[in-house]
Parts: sequence; structure tokens; C-alpha cells
Amino acid sequence: MAEGKEALFSKQNKALLSDPLNDNNPISVQVLGICSALAITVQLKPAVVMSLAVLFVVIASNVIVSLIRNLIPGRIRIIVQLLIVASLVILVDQVLKAYAYDVSKELSVFVGLIITNCIVMGRLEAFALANGPWKSFLDGVGNGAGYALILVLVAVFRELLGSGKLFGIEILGHKAKTLAESTGLYSLGYENNGFMLLSPMALITVGIIIWVQRSKNRKLIEQH
Amino acid sequence: MNKNSNAYTFIFAIIIVTIIAGLLAFTATSLKPLQDTNVKAEKMQNILGTIGVTDVSREKAEVEFNKYIKEQLALKNDGQVDATTDAFKIGLKNEVKKDDENQRYPLYIAEKDGETFYIVPLYGAGLWDAIWGYIALASDKNTIVGANFDHKGETPGLGAEITTDWFQAQFKGKKILDESNNFVSVTAVKGGAKSGDTHGVDAISGGTITSDGVSKMISERLSHYLPYFKNN
Repeated sequence: MAEGKEALFSKQNKALLSDPLNDNNPISVQVLGICSALAITVQLKPAVVMSLAVLFVVIASNVIVSLIRNLIPGRIRIIVQLLIVASLVILVDQVLKAYAYDVSKELSVFVGLIITNCIVMGRLEAFALANGPWKSFLDGVGNGAGYALILVLVAVFRELLGSGKLFGIEILGHKAKTLAESTGLYSLGYENNGFMLLSPMALITVGIIIWVQRSKNRKLIEQH
Repeated sequence: MNKNSNAYTFIFAIIIVTIIAGLLAFTATSLKPLQDTNVKAEKMQNILGTIGVTDVSREKAEVEFNKYIKEQLALKNDGQVDATTDAFKIGLKNEVKKDDENQRYPLYIAEKDGETFYIVPLYGAGLWDAIWGYIALASDKNTIVGANFDHKGETPGLGAEITTDWFQAQFKGKKILDESNNFVSVTAVKGGAKSGDTHGVDAISGGTITSDGVSKMISERLSHYLPYFKNN
């Protein structure tokens, strides 16, 4: 195999990292992993933790599957992949419960749902089964980061417009009961947009991101 | 060995499942003590929260808990104290499934600034799943001094609003007995409670079933403590 002679960060390998951030973003181009993008982007903090959790699971499962890819019997490969992903997710869940209890309460069921995140299984099937561990690692980092990028972007919009905060810190001033006691934007009569807290707005925000991305990156537009 | 043979497939499956099962069992057991401490500390924080002792960090929860909570009783349905049961260890989730007679009702008696408070754990059903919480009564065993609620799977923005401060703060000062000392509990009223209503709080718009669940939970749970309150 030519892999051994290839530089660690050859042009091809760099593309593994950068492609998923833009040209081949798992959320905005492949439209995978939308479920969690809707659910946990009301605030920035859980979105970041969720991103880190997915990043860990994608990277670890990619590397593990890649290492044993020549041993896995073809007929049960999906089950084996699922087994590996599921155990990694349980691992994340258990660690969060022990060391970051508040965050794990906030993410609740969505940590478990990483198992069903199509990005993870998609990368295993499409990439890790056919490539070596180093490339699979890079592919995992790239796709995890691509997912995180969109998630954080959506969460910034939703938390800022929906509750006027970022990471729980009041950015737009403090909203008191009366106009006179409020500070910042709120003293001018600004109101938070409660719509942003509801799930449909996450879908619309993702839609707008896709729109903006395609108008900047013309090669993503399908030819008919 | 032929990778597509049944034997290979079986052996591979058995080996990988054994490795992974061992790994998971190991992590689960080694993290269990830490997780249990978290759950226990959170319970203590919630109990203390009802009598206005907030801002207790998880690490200090146990110290603060022992400072304020003077007695932990497990009551029988007739109001007698069952000295053989550890009240803190009673899991309401399983307890509520038993008959009224066989259930043990945990009661925490707290003392803060010379005043006595009675804290009753709650457990009931919301719209999608379980809801629970704690409610604290003043020494007259009638006036509510604080309440907090939590839920497993209520809808965010609707039923899940029972965890917010505005909803929980409404319970302060409400009474569970009427003028002639009959039990009437506190109800979440759809469309808003009338001002001056000492037995009603505003229900959550769009969260009617969860609000009703809260009302039902409070009245059902508190009703079992009345015999004890009457005799003590």
C-alpha cells in the first residue's frame, strides 16, 4: 500500500479534514444528523457538549472500525458497527453522568440518540471500512467538526435571539419586569423572540445556513 | 480461515461482544459510586431548595443537608412512624406502585432560623412521563413555603415550564387547608388563578395536562401525610 509513504498531512489528507467543513458538510450538504441539530441547539452550552460527544464518537468509532476492517465478516458488518457505536455512546453517557452531571441532565436522551446519528454510521460505511486508521481518524475529525460548526452556529442564533444570552450570559442587557429597570437593548423595548426557542426555528435556521452556503459556494448547486 | 463461513462469523461475533461487554461492565461499575453521589447530592439540593436554602454546591450538599434537616421519617398510611425504614432511601418511583397501606411516606423535618419546616417528596405523572418534586410546609403544616418540580420528558416550552422559577414561586404562601381545616390542596388553574385565591396557582398555557398532573400529584401525595400532621 502507498499509504505508508504518504506524508501525514498530504494534500489528500488535508482535504479529509477541510471538505466536511464546507463542500461536503454532513449537515448542510448531506443533510444528516438533523434530529440533534433541532433538539439541543436552544442554548450554546449543550450544543457544544453534544458536538464534543459526537466528535469523540465519530473519531473513535472510525478508528476502531478501520483497525478491524479486514477482520469484520461482511454479512454482519452493520451489526458490528452498531455495536461499536452503541458502546462508545454508552461510555460517553456514563462519563458525563459521573463527571458532568448537569450537562448530562440537560442533554438527557440525546446522548443516547448519537447512536442513531446518521453521520456516525454513514462515515463508518462510506469511509472507515475502506481506509486505514490515520485517514479514518482525519475523516472523523473533519466530519465531527463539520457537524459541530453548524450546531454551534445554529445555537448562537437561537440563544442570542431567543433568550438574549450566550453560554447563559446576558449579552443584550438585562430584562427586568419594567422597562425602566431593564438595561441594554431591553430598555429600548426590545423583546426576545420566543419562536427561536421552538424546534421548527432550528430547521429554518439550518435552511437559511444552507441557502447562504450555496449562494457563496456555487458548485454545490445541483445541475438539472 | 474463510471469512464468509458461518463459523468465522460466529466466532468473530462472540469475541467482539465479549470484549465490549467486559469493557462496558468495567466502566459502569467503576463510575457507579461517582454517579450515585451526584444523584444523592442533587436530591439533597432539591430538598434544601424548598426551604430557601439555594446556592448549595453539589460538593457541600451533604454537609448543608445534615445541618438543616433534623429528622427523616418514614410514615405509614395511618401516620405512625416506621422506624425500621430509612426515609432517604425510599424510591418513590417504585413506592407509588404499592398499595396505600404498604407504602412508606418519607417526610423531612427541617429547621432554619428557629423555624420548623415539613418537606414532602412528590411523585406523579405528567403528559409524557413521570414528574416529581418537593414541597415544603411551614410549622403550621398548612402554608407552603416552597416547592420545586422536575420531569423526565415533558415538552420544552410547554409542560417542561414546571421547572421554571415563575411557576414554582407561585406556590409560596398558598395554603393546603381551608378555614375549617379541611384538606383542599393547591390546584393549577387553567386561565389563571383569581387574585387572592389561596388554593390556586396559574397553570401553564399549552401545558394543561402537565399542570393537572402537578395538581393531582400534590393532592394525592399530601393526603397521605394528613394523619401524621393531625397527631403531631
